[in-house]
Amino acid sequence: MTATASERTLRGGSWVGRSVQRREDPRLLTGSGRFLDDITLPGMLHAQFVRSTVAAGSVTALSLDAARAMRGVRGVFAARDLGLTGIIAGLDRPLTEFRPTEMPVLAQDRVRYVGEPLAIAVADDAYLVEDALELVEVEYEVGAAITSIPGALAEGAPLVHDEVPANTFLDVSMFDTEGVDQAFAEAAVVVDVQCSTGRQNALPIETRGALAYWDARDEQLIIYTCSQVPHQVRTVAARSLGLDERKIRVVVPDMGGGFGIKCVVGREEIAVAAAALRLKRPVKWIEDRRDALTASFLAREQHYDAKAAFDADGTLLALQADVLCDMGAYSCYPFTAGIEPLMASAEMPGVYQLPAYRVRGRAITSNKAPTAPYRGVSRPQYVMVIERLMERAARELGMDAVELRRRNLITVFPYTGINNITYDPGSYLESLNLCEQVLQDEGWYEYQAEAAQQGRHVGIGYSCFSERTGYGSAAFAARKMDVVPGFDISEIKMDTSGTVVVTTGTLSHGQSHETTMAQIVADKLGLDINQVKIVQGDTDRITYGFGSFASRSITIGGSAVSLAAVKLGDKLLEIAAHLLDTHIDNVRLGEGRVELVDEPGTGLDYRAIAEVAHLRAQLLPKGVEPGLAATASFDVNGDGTFSNATHGAVVELHPGTGKVEILRYYCVEDCGVAINPKVVDGQARGGIAQGIAGALFEEVTYDANGQPLVASFIDYRVPTACEIPDVGISHLETPCLFTESGAKGAGEGGTIGAPAAVLNAVNDGLRHTGVELNDTPIHPHVVAAALATATATAREDSPA
Amino acid sequence: MSEKVLIELTVNGVEHELVVEPRRTLVDALRHDLRLTGTHVGCEHGVCGACTVLVDGQPARACLMFAVQAEGREVRTVESLAEPDGTLSDLQQCFADNHGLQCGFCTPGFLMLAEGFLAEEPSPTREQVREVVSSNYCRCTGYQTIIDSISACAAQRCGGAAKEGAQ
Repeated sequence: MTATASERTLRGGSWVGRSVQRREDPRLLTGSGRFLDDITLPGMLHAQFVRSTVAAGSVTALSLDAARAMRGVRGVFAARDLGLTGIIAGLDRPLTEFRPTEMPVLAQDRVRYVGEPLAIAVADDAYLVEDALELVEVEYEVGAAITSIPGALAEGAPLVHDEVPANTFLDVSMFDTEGVDQAFAEAAVVVDVQCSTGRQNALPIETRGALAYWDARDEQLIIYTCSQVPHQVRTVAARSLGLDERKIRVVVPDMGGGFGIKCVVGREEIAVAAAALRLKRPVKWIEDRRDALTASFLAREQHYDAKAAFDADGTLLALQADVLCDMGAYSCYPFTAGIEPLMASAEMPGVYQLPAYRVRGRAITSNKAPTAPYRGVSRPQYVMVIERLMERAARELGMDAVELRRRNLITVFPYTGINNITYDPGSYLESLNLCEQVLQDEGWYEYQAEAAQQGRHVGIGYSCFSERTGYGSAAFAARKMDVVPGFDISEIKMDTSGTVVVTTGTLSHGQSHETTMAQIVADKLGLDINQVKIVQGDTDRITYGFGSFASRSITIGGSAVSLAAVKLGDKLLEIAAHLLDTHIDNVRLGEGRVELVDEPGTGLDYRAIAEVAHLRAQLLPKGVEPGLAATASFDVNGDGTFSNATHGAVVELHPGTGKVEILRYYCVEDCGVAINPKVVDGQARGGIAQGIAGALFEEVTYDANGQPLVASFIDYRVPTACEIPDVGISHLETPCLFTESGAKGAGEGGTIGAPAAVLNAVNDGLRHTGVELNDTPIHPHVVAAALATATATAREDSPA
Repeated sequence: MSEKVLIELTVNGVEHELVVEPRRTLVDALRHDLRLTGTHVGCEHGVCGACTVLVDGQPARACLMFAVQAEGREVRTVESLAEPDGTLSDLQQCFADNHGLQCGFCTPGFLMLAEGFLAEEPSPTREQVREVVSSNYCRCTGYQTIIDSISACAAQRCGGAAKEGAQ
């Protein structure tokens, strides 16, 4: 009975909820971290990829001989040389809904985007291998490139994949409930929006990479890689190379950010492994920034056509949406091209009570770099759409937009929506009220009014949302994924010193798992966090895991860690009670010891118990196995956990330049119990920065031939400290019903809320112009043009 | 490109002789020839600042300098900041105290940028710190806590200096 064991940890509770200093920091601050490119092995070679320079067409000649003949070059391998099985990401859906496609590890004849790898070159030195690439000659028969959603869907458009009709990977009409048409017919107000979001780069500062070698002693292929999903890399590598999984060990060292694009399996990792096997030498590939910008997994490009019906008092009656996602050239493994439209379709109703819903979601293929999940996954977009609809309805009805939201928010929990999802309790209304209150108390409404008097353009905007975090098996199974990444397994071992090592199948790339997971374990066992070692990112040391994405680490991974610790605690209690010659009900876990309930500070310390368990097993109670280890797994019971937040932004729009300056940004968030509030704040602020980046700055563009127009940081506008404002944060705490700690996920919310809040604020600032913006990034010239039109109109209107 | 050059440079107070191709960047020489892997490579075109080191006390992009350009000069990397026993410097401790890092990949660049900046401007305003911090990219923190960390370090140092002055 886990609950009983938890109750026995009477002195627990001193770590969770505290902003404990990060245990990762000393090594990262002194340059002692170990990132992928820090690893050097004897005899190591360096690899880079020959990549397609055309977006669509076929390769008619690939001349590798000159490169192969170059001094210091150890091998140049094309698809035919390696003969690898391609990567297929599937959904268990009929072909009318989903078209599985193969992503070859190296393209053979046909190329589908600029940057697609055609061959891998390997040389003694990282400089030499780049020299070798210059000697490769490729000839193409260039085809017409699909570079836009309308272009992909146009009648008679060329097909990116012959087996994908209408360039549509996925086409699912997930909901068409009763009453939609009637609601639109009878509504007092019907509003519609067309929203588009630009293609973005998640842009971890550490690019992707891999280092592979054959370890003869362990008879294993070792792959070091910066991946959020090491076990899935192992699966794909095993399939592609034709090896049993036990013959592959995937190890992830420190990782310089991931944000989702490293939670899919890259073809390059497999090619590097294959080259290492061929050459019988360690081979390292570190992606350069140009490749990271043009040829890596991208994200976000979506278009929504949505409308909503409201009655006269502002109650939402129906929602209808057509969701189109440009997924690029291939489905990513394991999520497939379906992830974005399926998530949008299922979860779009969000925080609002909705009686009738119709949605169609499509994943479109194009001749652009493939996309992967990126922090937030579709939610930044559909929240933007819903929040624009709310604002527009409020304008039409002459209501305050915040008040209109209040009327429609879900307030009674658990709530089962029109989408058949049951939402666990949250603070939807409370977070909105508090956020508005803060901006009022800080005087931003007066500021706005004064600014308007002076002819300045200040806008205030909000976004309300909940986000499903901790997707359990049920949630991913509902999506009909071949790979259902719902659970997590943890193992805990206590050594004879009385300290513990805990494994987690999740994987930190900035989220401080070494600290937060240790906080959870320390409380469960009455240990200091420095007596808890967290092990992650190694397929030989972790039973099985799905890594870190979808804010699953603390919700699912943290719950597994917690359960494993409780199990170990039970064993410690059982052994100690026997050694103390008392009943188990008379003992409890104290600080580093099992003590008698009636006599705090007495009993046996863990070291003494652990010594018996390992060194003098004859003293153990009958039937108790020697050693101190426990394993536990956890899956979410229910439809998932739902964190929620309200974001508020105050912006000033500058005439002439069109600059959108963020004067104030405030966030009220509720992720249940915060294990480490400082870490949660960090996740919120970092996420908001990436959301603002999407709202105002970043976009990967292509020309009509599919040539990427973004190949360096000169072309891609990454916001710096001068563009990202300080962010105020308030926390509400609605403990989660479905997790061991009461925590909900906290990784993505910032990114989800920011685009809508900023866009609404900009539109509030443009209110007097009659111009309404619904696309991101919001380009300065568009804002400048809107303000100029308004100024000209005002001049014409004013008496001479 | 096989022609190599012998250079001498001082890194973190230690003199080194290196044989490098003229095209070898300083960051590659530091990381791969001297095995000082604390300095990171983020973009190789001088924008992200992950490779920032001090060259004769001034912050410099080690990806934009060739190793041969460091001939006879003094280079400081992140490995120079902490005490030999691992005790963090005041600046590093401020980053830890203020959650000024998450994944930690860009962090050495920000530390060396701040180290050089604070030597030049010991008591900056928060806006001055923000402007300097905008030299480098961070993808995790939203920058606020990096600005907090550097501002806190500056305040501490000034407080310390004031105390010394009073004695």
